[in-house]
Amino acid sequence: MTDPTPQRPSPLNRRQFFAVGGSLAAAGVLAACGSDTGRTAASSPGAAASTGSTSTATGSSSAAVSASSVSGGPSSSAGGAKPTLQQWYHQYGEEGTKAAVEKYAAAYPDATVKVGWFPGDYDSKLASALLTADAPDVFEAGNGPSIDAIQGGLVEPLDDLLGDAKSDFNQALISRMSYQDKLYAIPQVIDMQLLVYRKSLLDAAGVKPPTTFDELAAAAKALTDGDQKGLFVGNDGGVGILTGPTLWSVGADYLTDDDKVGFTDPSVATAFGKLHELFASDSLLLGAPSDWFSADAINTGLTAMQFTGLWTFPDLIKELGDDFGVLPWPKFSADGAGAPSVPIGAFGSAVSAKGKNVDAAKAFVKYLWVDNAADQVDFAQSYGFHFPARESLADQATKLKEGTAAEAVKILQEYSHAQSPLLWTPASATALSDAVTKIIKNGADPASTLAGVVSKVKAELKRVVK
Amino acid sequence: MSAPTVVAPRPARRGTLKQRLLGPQNRNLWFWVFVGPFLVGLAIFVYVPILWSLYLSFFDARNTVTPTDFVGFDNYTFMLTDPAFLSSMGTFLVFAIFIVPVTFAFGLGLALAVNRTRWFQAFFRSAFFLPAACSYVVAALIWKMSIFNGFRSGVANGLLGVFDIDSVKWLSITTPPWYWLVLVTLRLWLQVGFYMILFLAGLQRIPPILYEAASIDGAKPGWQTFRYITFPQLRATSVAVLVLLLINAFQAFDEFYNILSNFGTYPPYARPPLVYLYYVALGSQQDLGRGSAGAIILAILIGLITVLQARFTREKRS
Repeated sequence: MTDPTPQRPSPLNRRQFFAVGGSLAAAGVLAACGSDTGRTAASSPGAAASTGSTSTATGSSSAAVSASSVSGGPSSSAGGAKPTLQQWYHQYGEEGTKAAVEKYAAAYPDATVKVGWFPGDYDSKLASALLTADAPDVFEAGNGPSIDAIQGGLVEPLDDLLGDAKSDFNQALISRMSYQDKLYAIPQVIDMQLLVYRKSLLDAAGVKPPTTFDELAAAAKALTDGDQKGLFVGNDGGVGILTGPTLWSVGADYLTDDDKVGFTDPSVATAFGKLHELFASDSLLLGAPSDWFSADAINTGLTAMQFTGLWTFPDLIKELGDDFGVLPWPKFSADGAGAPSVPIGAFGSAVSAKGKNVDAAKAFVKYLWVDNAADQVDFAQSYGFHFPARESLADQATKLKEGTAAEAVKILQEYSHAQSPLLWTPASATALSDAVTKIIKNGADPASTLAGVVSKVKAELKRVVK
Repeated sequence: MSAPTVVAPRPARRGTLKQRLLGPQNRNLWFWVFVGPFLVGLAIFVYVPILWSLYLSFFDARNTVTPTDFVGFDNYTFMLTDPAFLSSMGTFLVFAIFIVPVTFAFGLGLALAVNRTRWFQAFFRSAFFLPAACSYVVAALIWKMSIFNGFRSGVANGLLGVFDIDSVKWLSITTPPWYWLVLVTLRLWLQVGFYMILFLAGLQRIPPILYEAASIDGAKPGWQTFRYITFPQLRATSVAVLVLLLINAFQAFDEFYNILSNFGTYPPYARPPLVYLYYVALGSQQDLGRGSAGAIILAILIGLITVLQARFTREKRS
C-alpha cells in the first residue's frame, strides 16, 4: 500500500480481496458464535468424540456410563419426534468435564440434549438469556437461581422431582436453593473453600496449625521468607473470598435468620480491620500469576498457606504428595462468639419457566441429577474434586475416605456455611465488597465504612422480602 | 445523500407515479438498494436499542425488558445520588484529563517524527500503527499476566530487579495507585499509532508552498514553523482527534474490566461508568431501568461535552 509502484499489479485484485475478506469475516462471525453461545461446539460430534477418548480413561465409573449410553441407543433411534433441550453449564476448569457432561446428555434416551458451555462471565450471560425466548431449558446456576429470577417467575419449582430422595441431599444446600418452601434447583455437587498449608514449612518454622485469627497472622509472618509469603487469600487481599469467613469468625453473618442486616456488631469492624493489618503486613502473597482458585501458588512455593478450593486436591496431591494439611478459616479469637468456618456452594440444576419443553426439561433433570447415581458420582469425583450433593453417594466416593480428604469431609460436616443467603442480592454484595475493598486495601475506617453499607442492604431487603 | 431527483433535467411530463418514484434511470431505486440495508441495520441495532433504553429508564425494569411499573424520574434520581456512580464519573474525569492530552501529544509527536524520516518511513509507520490492530482483551491479559504481575517473572519487576529494586504489586495495592500506570500504558500503546496515522494524513495535506513562503519570510525551521504553520494547519485534524479521544475515554471498558475485575467482582476504584453500568444492568443485578438511566445520563454528558468542545475550538479560530 505504501509502495508507489502503479505499474506492478497488486497481489490481490479487488474481487479476490473481497472474496478473501468476506470469508475471513464469515469465519470471524462463526468463531464468535462458537465462543459466545457454545452451541455450535456442543452440537459438533467431532469435538465430543475427540475429547471423549481422554475421559474414558479416567476411571471405572465412566465405564458404567458408556454402558448406559449403549443401552440408550436403540430406544433413541426408535423414538420419533424427540424434543430438543438446551442445557447450559459454566466452563469448568478441570480437564474432561465438558466431554463428561456431553456424554451424560447424549446418553439420555428421551430427548436430544444440546450442551452449551460458557467461559467467562456465565452468570451475566445466563441472567440475560433467561429474559428471552431463547432461554436454555435446563441450566446450572451458582447456588441456584437468583431471588429476582425466582420472584420474576423465570424458573420452575422442582419439588416434585425429588420424591423420597429429598432427605438424601445436603440440607443446607436444599434450603439455600428454596424460596417459600419451594425448591428451585437441584444441587449437583458440593464445592468447598478451605485453608491448605504445607506441613513441612510449618514444622521447619516451628509453627502450629493456627486456631485463631491472631495465630494465623503470626504464622503468616513467621512463614514469610523473601519471595515465599506466609499466606495467600487471593490477589485482591481476600475481598472476594474472606468476607463470609470473617463474618462467621466473630459470630455475625450477612443476614440474620429473620432477614435483617447481620453485620452491625462492632466485632465485625474489628475483624475487617485486622484483615487490613494482614494486607499491609507484607506476609500476604499478592499479584500471583494464578489466583486463589488454583493451587499453583502453594505448589510452586510462593506461599506456605493458601485459602483455596477443594477442587484443587488432585493438583495438591500430585505436586505435594502428603505434605499438606487442611484447616477451616479460624475463629477470630479464643473467647469470642465466633467459630471456625468454611463456605460451601453448589451449582444447582434449574429449569427455565419460559422454555418450550418444560416437562421434558424437568424429566431430564430428574433423570440426570436425581435418578442417575452413577453419573453423579462420576461428575463429583472424576474431574477435579467435589463432594457429591447426596449423602448416600458420599459413601460411594472412595476418594473421600482416607487421609487429608477425610479430614476435609470432617471440616465440611462441622463448619460449613452456605456461601451467602438467597436474599443477599447482587446489589448488596457489590455494596459490601466495595466497602471491604476500601477497608482492606485503603485502610478506611471499618466501622463507618460498614455502616454505609447497611442502608443499601436495607433497601434491597425491603425490595425482596415479601 | 440528497435525493437525486433534484438533478432531473426536465419535469417528467409523461411520468407515471411509478416512474417518478423510481427517479431518472431508476436512481431512487438504486439509492434505496444501497442505503436501505444499512439504514435498516442502523435502526434495528442502534436506534431501536437507544429508544428502548430511554423507555426502560422510566420503569422499574428488573429482570425484564418489557416492564409495566412506571416510576418517572426515580431511576435518574437514584443514579445521580448513587455514590458509586458519581465516583465512577470522577474516575472517568481523572482518566480523561490525563489520557486525552497525553495521547494527543504522543500521536502528534510520532507523526512529526515519522513524517521527517527519510529512511524506512513505511516501516516505522506500520510498526507504530500495528498495536492498533491488537485486541484490547488480548493486550489486557498480556499486561496483567506477563508485564505487570507482582513477581520477578513479570517484565516490569524483572527490569526493577536489574536495579535491585523490590518487586511492586502493581495491581493488588492502591497506595500508591500503580494500577493507573498499567491501565494508561496499555491504552497508549494500543491507540497512539492510530492517532499518529490521522495526524500523518493531516500533515501530508499541508501545501509545501506554505513552508516555502515561510522560509522566504525568514521563519526558522523547527518550533517557529511548527507553531505558525504546521499546528494551525492541523486544526481540523486536531479537533477530530480530540473528540474521538474523549469519546473513547468515555467508552473505556475492555482494559479496565479485564485487568481489574476479579472473579465476578470489581473493586470500587478505577471503575469507569460503563464498567459500573455493566454490573448494574447486564451483570447479575439485571437492573435494566437504573442501568438505562445511567446510560442516558452518560450519553447526554458525552453529547454536551462534544458540542461544547466544538464550540470552544471554533471560537478560538476567529
